[in-house]
Amino acid sequence: MSEAAAAKKPDEPIDLKPVYEILDRLAGQKGMLIPILQQVQDAYGYVPEEAANAVADGTGSYRSQVYGVLTFYTQFHLSPRGRHIIRACAGTACHVKGGAQVIHRMENELGVKHGGTTADLIFSFEEVACIGACGLAPVIMIDHDAFGNLDPNTAETVLKKFRKKALAEIEAEGSEGEKNDGGEDASGE
Amino acid sequence: MASDTGGQRIYIGMGTCGLATGAEGVLTAVHEGFDKLKIEVPIIKTGCIGMCSQEVLLDVDTPGRGRVTYRKVEPKMVEEILQNHVVGGHPISEMAFGQIIGEGDSAYDGIPSYQDLPVYKKQKRIVLRRCGFIDPDLIEDYIETDGYQGLEKAIKTMSPEQVRETVKASGLRGRGGGGFPAGLKWEFCANAHGDQKYLVCNADEGDPGAFMDRSVLEGDPHAVLEGMIIAGYAIGASYGYIYCRAEYPLAIKRLLTAIALAEEKGYLGDNILGSGFSFGLRVKEGAGAFVCGEETALMASIEGRRGMPRSRPPFPAVKGLWGKPSNINNVETYACVPPIILKGAESYAAVGTEGTKGTKVFALTGKIINTGLIEVVAGTTLREIIHEIGGGIEEGRAFKAAQLGGPSGGCLPAKLAETAIDYDSLIQAGAMMGSGGVVVMDETDCMVDVARYFLKFTAAESCGKCVPCRLGTKVMLGILERITEGKGTEEDIANLKDLGENIKSTSLCGLGQTAPNPVLSTLRYFEEEYHAHIKDGKCPAKVCTALITYKITDNCTGCTVCAKKCPVEAISGERKELHTIDQERCTKCNMCYEVCRFDAVAKE
Repeated sequence: MSEAAAAKKPDEPIDLKPVYEILDRLAGQKGMLIPILQQVQDAYGYVPEEAANAVADGTGSYRSQVYGVLTFYTQFHLSPRGRHIIRACAGTACHVKGGAQVIHRMENELGVKHGGTTADLIFSFEEVACIGACGLAPVIMIDHDAFGNLDPNTAETVLKKFRKKALAEIEAEGSEGEKNDGGEDASGE
Repeated sequence: MASDTGGQRIYIGMGTCGLATGAEGVLTAVHEGFDKLKIEVPIIKTGCIGMCSQEVLLDVDTPGRGRVTYRKVEPKMVEEILQNHVVGGHPISEMAFGQIIGEGDSAYDGIPSYQDLPVYKKQKRIVLRRCGFIDPDLIEDYIETDGYQGLEKAIKTMSPEQVRETVKASGLRGRGGGGFPAGLKWEFCANAHGDQKYLVCNADEGDPGAFMDRSVLEGDPHAVLEGMIIAGYAIGASYGYIYCRAEYPLAIKRLLTAIALAEEKGYLGDNILGSGFSFGLRVKEGAGAFVCGEETALMASIEGRRGMPRSRPPFPAVKGLWGKPSNINNVETYACVPPIILKGAESYAAVGTEGTKGTKVFALTGKIINTGLIEVVAGTTLREIIHEIGGGIEEGRAFKAAQLGGPSGGCLPAKLAETAIDYDSLIQAGAMMGSGGVVVMDETDCMVDVARYFLKFTAAESCGKCVPCRLGTKVMLGILERITEGKGTEEDIANLKDLGENIKSTSLCGLGQTAPNPVLSTLRYFEEEYHAHIKDGKCPAKVCTALITYKITDNCTGCTVCAKKCPVEAISGERKELHTIDQERCTKCNMCYEVCRFDAVAKE
């Protein structure tokens, strides 16, 4: 049932303190299940199984209810994701302006398809229905920044530039003597 | 503040489109320019003015003169603009898009007035009147432009019933696409029995190809709040939710700021403006489900459940959020309310057609020169929108069709360009108003591929609760995929029509009831394209990869780039000699076509 369990190293217990903090703040109000799960995902970068169970217990919901919500909405992820999220727009305007070719090239460059995460955990790639910047089609977003008026070649350039920057950041973190275990800290920047 | 520049202001478009084209860099360049020239001018960060194709937009406004808009501004242009225009008083007409001439302003020579630009001439801006002109994060900007006066008028001089009657008389219909009379909807909810009533704003703008609501929320958030507070008063609701897509982080941020400022000023919260009426508002972030744009699914989602629609009746007006009477309208509908109350129902009803009053905002995208956001009087024709406002088709190609209303809508072919854009004419033509996406297509777009595209979307977004939609869209998609792969049969067309009609009449909610529309409307106007795929094994627009072959023409200079880039090593040829593609190996990935700089790769 759980991809999270499969993706997690078995000897690594999840620190549930952030979940309890979120529950303390929100669990008392009605209709807060989705905002709670959104904040849990912000804290971990994904929703670990133990955290989902803690949310179920803390909100008085059945686990099946929580799992039902997590699997219904595309925003939720049950396994760790990359440090940076690339969203390629597959909206109508992007489609008629050659977005499919842009997506194809991105998949080739990253070596992953929609919903996948690169082995080095730097990038997760997903197609989204519409970013709402149709006037600039085709568009991709990397984290919170949008890049517009792309073609496969310029998309590749954007990606390569960004990857270089990301690798430099990781290196800088590593040289600061921080323990770097391959981006498993899942910082939800 | 503006010590030596005499009350000038600089405006920079910082909506999503502006930011995506580099508005941040322009802003930095402006600050650097200030330091260099030792000046200081207030900078107003505005939302989207609707001219996406011209971003980044920077305006210089000098008191008593026209406000000049510079287009496609890059950081390197900024210093010149500041030097010549801000300091020297001489705008650079080559870089300018147009000027806005206010009352008593003297115009600059050599720069067209907005009113004379084709892109603006045919527009009438009611909903978008502030977008791009005010700083959305400043409530003062909103109040200075008649903001919250409609609310004041409503709660100080009108009864809730009078407010409802005014909205009814204005003829305002739901701008989310359904077109239900808003005043009537309010009345149902006001008359429903319940101790607690809720108001909901549907800002879950999920239609691919539509961004009207995003731009209003980013550019003029208070207009939506004011409309909601007025509606709350008219219905007797004390609490409201704005359900906004998580994909719109900037819109959510601006809404939260606007809510906090409105509470501070007493327009929102307890005892609004001392009237005894209280109204609270909260933003709920969606979590990524297209079906949540359907009202009953949206309410389920606000309650924290899976966003599954339920059958109606009971309608939300009777039994909605948490089982209480609830009223749901979309962003644009609420934004229309303050001017209706302030200026009267007649002024709103004076424009538009018999059945569709007022204006409609459209997101104009696709193969059109002026992509962006427009607002036109209902009844404006498709031809006016495409050829006059939109500036025609890119690269002089021929206009083929416009897809209106997203996954629920249909396409209008070029021969129906004189169709008036209002609710009823569009339904007659097999399309629908929808929320306002207009995707323009030319001869290089394949209608079968477009139909397949929409079915892929609806099949993926179907919530799975009812069989016709869950399975029907999947089966239709399968047929369309076969046709685009050149494996279609003659029966497929009859099957598509049959399935489409059945899915429409038997699905539970609006998603399934409208999902076949893109297919049925392309079949209605472009059936010959389906036949070309099935009978001749050809894709006339050369889009469907399975039906085209790549050939290298005599334009080839032998630069070898395509051979190096081909992922399957299907291209061979000596340096400086004509290359050839091995058709057996070619996977039709389009790479050679994309990388060739000599236009030497042809699709046949």
